[in-house]
Amino acid sequence: MSRPAPTRHDAIVVGAGHNGLVAACYLARAGLDVLVLERNPYIGGAAVSRRLYDGFTYSNCSYVCSLLRTEIIRALELPRFGLQIIPYEGGCTLMRGGGHLALYDNHDALRREFARHSRRDAESYDRFVRDMLRHCRFIKPLLLRTPPDPSSFRPRDLSELLWLGRHFSGLGEARLYDTLRFFTMSCADMLEEYFESEIVKAHLAGSSIIGTALGPRSPGSAYVLLHHYMGSIDGAVGAWGFARGGMGAITRALAASLEASGGRVRAEAPVERITVRNGRASGVVLAGGEEIRAPIVVSNLDVKRTFLESVDPRELPGEFLDSVRKFKIRGSSGKLNIALDGLPQFPAIPQGSPCTRGDMHVTDTLEMLERGYDDWKEGRWSRSPYVDMLIPSQIDPTMAPDGKHYMSVFVQYCPYRLADGEWTAAKRQAFGETVIGAIARHSPNFRDLILHAEIRTPQDIENDVGLTEGNIFQGELSFDQLLFNRPVPGYAQYRAPLKGLYMCGASTHPGGGVMGAPGANAAGEILRDLGRHS
Amino acid sequence: MSAGAAAARYDCIVIGGGHNGLTCAAYLARAGRSVLVLEAAERLGGAAVTREFAPGFSVSACAHLLHLMPGSLVSELDLATHGLKLAAERMPTIALSADDAHLPLGPEGAAALAAHSQRDAAAYPLYCERLGRLAAALRPVLSATPPRLGSAEWKDRTALLGLGWRLRALGRRDLRELLRIGPMCVQDLLDEHFESSLLKGALAFDAVLGSNYGPRSPGTVFTLLYRLAAAAGEGAGLAQPAGGLGSLSEALGRAARAAGVEIRTGAPVTRIRVHEDRAAGVVLQSGEEIAGRVVVSSADPKTTFLRLLGSEHLDAGFVRRIVHLRARGLAAKLHVALDGPPQFAGLAPSALGARLLWAPTPQHIERAYNHAKYREYSSSPVLEITVPTIADPTLAPAGCHVLSVVAQYAPYELAGGWTEARPRFTELLIDTLAALAPGLRAQLRHAELLTPADIEREFRMTGGHWHHAELALDQFFVLRPVPGVAQYRAPVGGLFLCGAGCHPGGGVMGIAGRNAARQVVREAA
Repeated sequence: MSRPAPTRHDAIVVGAGHNGLVAACYLARAGLDVLVLERNPYIGGAAVSRRLYDGFTYSNCSYVCSLLRTEIIRALELPRFGLQIIPYEGGCTLMRGGGHLALYDNHDALRREFARHSRRDAESYDRFVRDMLRHCRFIKPLLLRTPPDPSSFRPRDLSELLWLGRHFSGLGEARLYDTLRFFTMSCADMLEEYFESEIVKAHLAGSSIIGTALGPRSPGSAYVLLHHYMGSIDGAVGAWGFARGGMGAITRALAASLEASGGRVRAEAPVERITVRNGRASGVVLAGGEEIRAPIVVSNLDVKRTFLESVDPRELPGEFLDSVRKFKIRGSSGKLNIALDGLPQFPAIPQGSPCTRGDMHVTDTLEMLERGYDDWKEGRWSRSPYVDMLIPSQIDPTMAPDGKHYMSVFVQYCPYRLADGEWTAAKRQAFGETVIGAIARHSPNFRDLILHAEIRTPQDIENDVGLTEGNIFQGELSFDQLLFNRPVPGYAQYRAPLKGLYMCGASTHPGGGVMGAPGANAAGEILRDLGRHS
Repeated sequence: MSAGAAAARYDCIVIGGGHNGLTCAAYLARAGRSVLVLEAAERLGGAAVTREFAPGFSVSACAHLLHLMPGSLVSELDLATHGLKLAAERMPTIALSADDAHLPLGPEGAAALAAHSQRDAAAYPLYCERLGRLAAALRPVLSATPPRLGSAEWKDRTALLGLGWRLRALGRRDLRELLRIGPMCVQDLLDEHFESSLLKGALAFDAVLGSNYGPRSPGTVFTLLYRLAAAAGEGAGLAQPAGGLGSLSEALGRAARAAGVEIRTGAPVTRIRVHEDRAAGVVLQSGEEIAGRVVVSSADPKTTFLRLLGSEHLDAGFVRRIVHLRARGLAAKLHVALDGPPQFAGLAPSALGARLLWAPTPQHIERAYNHAKYREYSSSPVLEITVPTIADPTLAPAGCHVLSVVAQYAPYELAGGWTEARPRFTELLIDTLAALAPGLRAQLRHAELLTPADIEREFRMTGGHWHHAELALDQFFVLRPVPGVAQYRAPVGGLFLCGAGCHPGGGVMGIAGRNAARQVVREAA
């Protein structure tokens, strides 16, 4: 049969993840005819709501809305398109042996709770929060800026470097040293400067290792903590909250916003390769062979997928491909999505305490967390894993049938490659069993309530979502891969070394978490190249 | 009488007669200052001393190799004429392998490396060349006083601009590489270049030697570059002074005296006297008070500020920083007296003059490090082994030999304490050595283990850490030892630091002492 002539658009975005959609929205609002192509039959990438068990909605990949930039929510009018974020009411860590540490959004209640474990830590907490806020204030302006290239002499890079320098020295001498230390420290060392109580340190340290191949004693983990705090301390709309209807609500709102400004999303349209004509990106070819043309192609895929799998290597500089191969994308996280026949009991927690309506943990010492990392280094999942569990259905009834509940369990650490050979169905089960056991230790009726459990290893996440190694950040957030080093030195400004090809995924600055900043920044660079400063 | 009123007998009083204290004193005297050095021990040298550990057997008791001291310092202080002789220089390094396929590093090992991996043999020279270039660019940083950040003073700004310029002068590709690998973990760097785990183990060892990290800890490429930068260019490579490192200290002592420094040993300082918010002198254990216009301490920062000065003279924020300064030693020192030359399986007797590394794979090091995180000693430690008696027979009776071994990881704060763990760890180390050198036990006459706790006691360094303060990105350059005193100047007038706790750190380098002397001369006229 003769194939119809290729359709044309101003820009094609490969991948309908939240960053791809954010980029598309900004381009469409600038008047471009944008087409977003998604491999899966559903859109959203890692920000999805799936119905995998009757009556239940799973946020089966990302599970909290904390980092999505307020600027983006406003600019793209996401609330108007149905995005509603419901904040956490608390959080807690359950201790081996029955105790617990509760976190409340009420500051005084929180201090009283800390004092229960250590009077001194309750005092230190204010100092800790003050310092974290300061670090956040320092880093936030960097999120929606394109990193300069420190090795370049172009006016724009020089002035941006100058801006960075001023922004930095604006902290004042003493603060400046603290910031420098903070960004190079390990989370454990940092927390030990504030707190003495193991449980307090353990609870706070959790965020420092989520999604990374680092332990709490690895230098650089303090920054990862901050990366997750940017939402949690952010005063903006619904910091650390549930998206009503699951994480898919975010990408649904983005898609609606996109369509409202004339863009289109096409699902079940797997891009096979990005086409190149006389040295510049010219469009894509879909798996079926259908060709779609556009002078601008924006890839929401991680850099390895984009450049090692979707573009003809002959079209790219060997040195660049080399750095892309060196870019570290390590699978270290797993996920369980569990349908429950009722609300699990946690005897350690007083009836009706709001602290179950937030993130719950079972890691009560830094050592337990660090040993979990040691397991990962040895190529096995943590024998006592760090779990970040949430029961969104307590707050958002749309997630589960009446009286039943949905529990999202994020698990650190789980390796992409096991030392004892390939992942098998049996090993996946064993992994799930380890996690369920870790939770059941604190909840007598938990096991009996389980109606269905989706167990996802890094390999499953890679296969379903398309994230290399199932790394939730599309690349380690270690400081050799941040700012102007992200994704690779010299190419941190969203442009590929191929005219017309851009990157907008979490592989680029400022990295992962459902933040949207890479998408927004990438769109900014594209519009700049088109001479349309928005 | 109020000693505050007493006329200062000395321009400068230097606390501690270690290599940094002596270096600092010598430079101060050469700048025309009247200087008194007070050493607590009966002999000079601090952690660079030679002492008898068994009848007739002597060894460099803490530091056992000389390779970081700048040639310029050695010649400026004329240490050669003051008696510094090298028994061995440019000592090769050999990575020991369990299967006796030992691997000499450096050019002489090219063939052996090719036998391990053709690919690595090709990659190794390029790797050395590039890291050498980056290290050379960082080298001047070591001899510079760290500038104050965010200060309006032109000298700080020009210092920073100069640093920026030097880095940019590396050229685009090297600068990008430096900014990329600097914060990386050494394991990742080595995996990018090599496949031979023996080679990677040996190279990773130097990155974590004396640091509280494992090969997978980010920032360990920095510690490697630091070591390369310090060793770069001038100097005699890995060297062993005739008579052990004690003879270096003696040479430094003679150089200092020749410059007019007065030195008193067996004179432990118990207090830095403060008069009208300025350091005015010191008080000795004997109760004797000595007045000085400037006091320079080569003791570690915790000792200097919390014990000798006293927190009452410092603001709470600064005290908190000093308390939080990480100085947990994790290297132990083993001294073994043998009545014959050790026979390492597969190693020619002629090779015993080398520095031998037992760190067969990076994973081996990482696992050894894991224990340290939980305050246990490594169940299979990594070792740096030298046989000083090969180049310098005077250290032992005729025909007898000494093993001088640095062993990691042996955390200072061992769970349960060192007292009853010491013999167990000693046995473990000897077993580890005996596995490499069969027959060792039969030759063994005596073994002495210095745990970080012992090192703290004998050499008076808090935490028993030979860098006085751990070397890490968050405790380096402008942040070393803690923000605010990186310029060697204490928050109390008239008090300066010159020890390994300051930039650029320890390792018998002497640069901290020289830098500090320069600052004292500049600021305390």
